[in-house]
Amino acid sequence: MILPEFKYLAPGSAEEAIGLLVQYGEKAKLMAGGTDLINYMKDGILAPEVIIGLKEIKGMDQIVYDEEKGLTIGALTKLIDIERSDVVKENYPALAEAVHLIASTQIRNKGTLTGNVCNASPSADSVSALFVYGASLTVKGPEGERVIPIGDFYQGFKKLALKPGEMVISITLPPVKENEKAAYLAHTVRKAMDLAIVGVAAKITLDENGVCTDAKIALGAVAISCVRTPQAESVLIGRKITPEIAEIAGREAMKDCKPISDVRASAEYRHDMVRVFTRRAVLAAADRF
Amino acid sequence: MSKRIISFVLNGDPTDAVIEDNMSLLDFIRDTLGLTGTKKGCEQGECGACTVMLDGRPINSCMAFAAEIEGHELTTIEGIAKGGQLSVVQKKFIEKWALQCGFCTPGMIMSATALLSVNPDPTEEEIRVAIEGNLCRCTGYAKIVEAIGEAAKAIREVQ
Repeated sequence: MILPEFKYLAPGSAEEAIGLLVQYGEKAKLMAGGTDLINYMKDGILAPEVIIGLKEIKGMDQIVYDEEKGLTIGALTKLIDIERSDVVKENYPALAEAVHLIASTQIRNKGTLTGNVCNASPSADSVSALFVYGASLTVKGPEGERVIPIGDFYQGFKKLALKPGEMVISITLPPVKENEKAAYLAHTVRKAMDLAIVGVAAKITLDENGVCTDAKIALGAVAISCVRTPQAESVLIGRKITPEIAEIAGREAMKDCKPISDVRASAEYRHDMVRVFTRRAVLAAADRF
Repeated sequence: MSKRIISFVLNGDPTDAVIEDNMSLLDFIRDTLGLTGTKKGCEQGECGACTVMLDGRPINSCMAFAAEIEGHELTTIEGIAKGGQLSVVQKKFIEKWALQCGFCTPGMIMSATALLSVNPDPTEEEIRVAIEGNLCRCTGYAKIVEAIGEAAKAIREVQ
């Protein structure tokens, strides 16, 4: 497959990258790992005149954990380094699980979490986990830095809340308390190299009596972007988590999604799998206590 | 057409080469460097036949630009044997009959070598995960997994 012609630029700093983004505007595309972008270019979906390759920017591939501030993952941190990180596995297991499900070892050695988020696929595994952990994105542009909660980042199908010249520089997950546990499950045909038919992340908070005081459930691959399901969440709050309650939450989650039919599954099947995987994800999170 | 000269380390040797910006790393390796051990399969990052190591990490060379390797270390299947001696992984693939048509083999060996460099004692599950992005259409996975496990064992015994 022949790649369209383009100019490859490799800035040495975020500031320089933003300068290039301002200079070239719509003609340019940012590239971290490129494992989505290069396919779009080969398929003729995108033909940027300029590619701003970010990988030579130093210091943006860190994973930093602080008990008060939480977890900060740089925009160039590779997916494989996230799933292998002890602080991630210990404190944010649903993120480690979601990242591990992405594509293959080779892709995760090149692709980044920020790239997965900015590619904005409705089935992106990592995004559901970021939703329930209440992640936020730090973005930098010509006018400085600002923080965007992940829930506000998607404004439509593949439409990001980034202004011209802005780029994501890191993703932050707030600290997880002792009484909060989360899990991510995806329904796939293969264990690798497969997109989720349905992906569900659930985080539940229990008080000392085992009663749920807060719940966050995010659904992937069943709407134009990842969505929370307030109806299912409200079922859990004020109750003990049992298989019966989890099933009721699953039935409510079905009302909060609008899946499509495609090559992987019909809309009807996805609807039903939202019920099943919401139930399983809630119970998997509860099992972690 | 945007052409440039890049400097990188190829299988341990400092190398300069002329590239075009819109050249995939895979086409650069096969057509410019003439190293055809790296195979071209799906060109979409699905099959793993084009797996190489960049700074020791296994990646799909079809999912990278040649321009990205400027200043980095590239290892291809041709860099695995040292001084005319096959590596332990290569020897075990032969001993265990872990290949039939052989098209996936260079990619499998790159993935296996990368795994053993970071994890000298992998479980069977870890071996399977390491080659999850490598398709073998002869479906000889059992022998491949066995060969990688045997190679790990042999390397540990030597050390």
